[in-house]
Amino acid sequence: MSDLLLDVSGLSRTFGDVHAVDDVSFTLAEGGSLGIVGESGSGKTTTARIIVGLDRADAGTVRVHGAEQTGTARGRAARLARARRIQMVFQDPYLSLDPRTSVHDVLRETLRLHFPGTDHAARIRELLDQVGLGTRAADARPRELSGGQRQRVAIARALAVEPAILVLDEAVAALDVSVQAQILNLLADIREQTRVGYLFITHDLGVVRCVTDDVIVMRRGRIVESGATARVLEAPEHPYTQLLLASVPRPGWDPRAIGAARRALAEAESAGAEAGGAKRPAAV
Amino acid sequence: MTMTLVRRPGLAKVRTKRAPLYVASLVFAGVVVLLALLAPWIQPYDPNIADLGNALAPPSGDHLFGVDAAGRDTFSRLVAGARTSLLGPLGVVVFSTVLGAAVGVAAGWRGGWLDSVLSRGSELTLAFPGLLLAILIVSVYGEGLLAPVVALSVAYFPYVSRLTRSLVLAERARPYVAAYQVQGHSGLQICVRHVVPNIAPVVLAQSTVNFGYALIDLAGLSFLGLGVPALTPDWGRMVFDGKSAIQSGYPLSAIIPCLAIVLTVVAFNVVGERWADKVAGRTR
Repeated sequence: MSDLLLDVSGLSRTFGDVHAVDDVSFTLAEGGSLGIVGESGSGKTTTARIIVGLDRADAGTVRVHGAEQTGTARGRAARLARARRIQMVFQDPYLSLDPRTSVHDVLRETLRLHFPGTDHAARIRELLDQVGLGTRAADARPRELSGGQRQRVAIARALAVEPAILVLDEAVAALDVSVQAQILNLLADIREQTRVGYLFITHDLGVVRCVTDDVIVMRRGRIVESGATARVLEAPEHPYTQLLLASVPRPGWDPRAIGAARRALAEAESAGAEAGGAKRPAAV
Repeated sequence: MTMTLVRRPGLAKVRTKRAPLYVASLVFAGVVVLLALLAPWIQPYDPNIADLGNALAPPSGDHLFGVDAAGRDTFSRLVAGARTSLLGPLGVVVFSTVLGAAVGVAAGWRGGWLDSVLSRGSELTLAFPGLLLAILIVSVYGEGLLAPVVALSVAYFPYVSRLTRSLVLAERARPYVAAYQVQGHSGLQICVRHVVPNIAPVVLAQSTVNFGYALIDLAGLSFLGLGVPALTPDWGRMVFDGKSAIQSGYPLSAIIPCLAIVLTVVAFNVVGERWADKVAGRTR
């Protein structure tokens, strides 16, 4: 199974009584792009944090190219190896960059750590070029850049490590719509050039449609539906997926009907849970 | 972020946002520092030469601030005394900042048992009045500048370490730290290269405020005869020496060093608090 880039199986994480992530399994093929969709509190961000090693799992494994990712990397070599397997782009580019460090220094720091003794200046120009930033931006501090530019810097920083997988946690959610489109196009181009695998964590179904091949839908820590993106968006099987799709504002859209459907789903579920005797966390 | 500069209630009222006071304080502090640095070239007489025939002379063209009971020129002693009076607090501030920052960063960054040990340990020091601690150490090691400076450094470091710890805790939770972790940087690297520079301005502002308090405490010790040796020109010492002159109906040689102490402390406080406010306003 060497063509499996990422293999996540049986991932679980609880915080107190809440099952933030509950038996989540999925795979990502070489050069593929997988979307994880769900509303706030569905456990998608916790899943991402476990995969990149910022959080630990109570149970389950994360394998990259068949090698298991351990929860905590001890020692420099293990840390660097893990960083080269998976990189992450965070949600808010206003917070994920050190305000004191210029763009050039951010990239040089990473290159120094991972590729000591190479020509960093040339690689920095190449990276900036790859994310569509001019060399003029290199000397700027984050506060001198727009949100879209900052997110480009964050992407360049992640790409500098040359990772096998890029986890994008709501990477365009903090940007305005026109900038979102630019960043999504950029990400699509980068995937074509580098064959890096994408794990797209988002609540935005439009984003999923643009940049993912497959999608899994999470709710309350569980996967409720998975499949090819086109199929899931065209013909959703699970009522929650249908609800998510119906929740996207559009002409003729009725928020009250959505609210009613949401309550109906919660009621049906609590009835089912009582019948099954399973203890589930309270509805969000 | 919480901004918790420790202020003594009495001096907190001097706080102001009005610019003229800040500028005046900055200029005054600058002048005092310059006087101290250039003392040997500025002082018109040797501060230790006693001209008993001229004792208790009022201010005149020859003696700007008059002459004290032992016949020494008050202005010369004031200028020469600025050296010891500023050097002592500077030592306290440097020692307490280095020690406090090290303890605070270690406690805040590592957390866990180390945090408990360091925080409880430094709080124990807080329970002990700084001046008493200084008197204890001076009575053990004899007079001199070093003993009270060390004693006050120990008394002051918990204020710095508490502030540093809370700042580090807030800083550690910011997403850019997680971003660097994912990049494979070690905790120590992130802490030293990014967290410490980001919190440094606030800690330094607190240290500037501490400078004033240390000056008052050291002057108090000198006044009690516990600080610098008897003949060394020092503001606290001058107030002590001027006591007898007050009884002879000539208070000037005690009042002038008192004024110097009060004005310098207020100046450093205003400047320090203004810096703290500026830092707080700029980055948050």
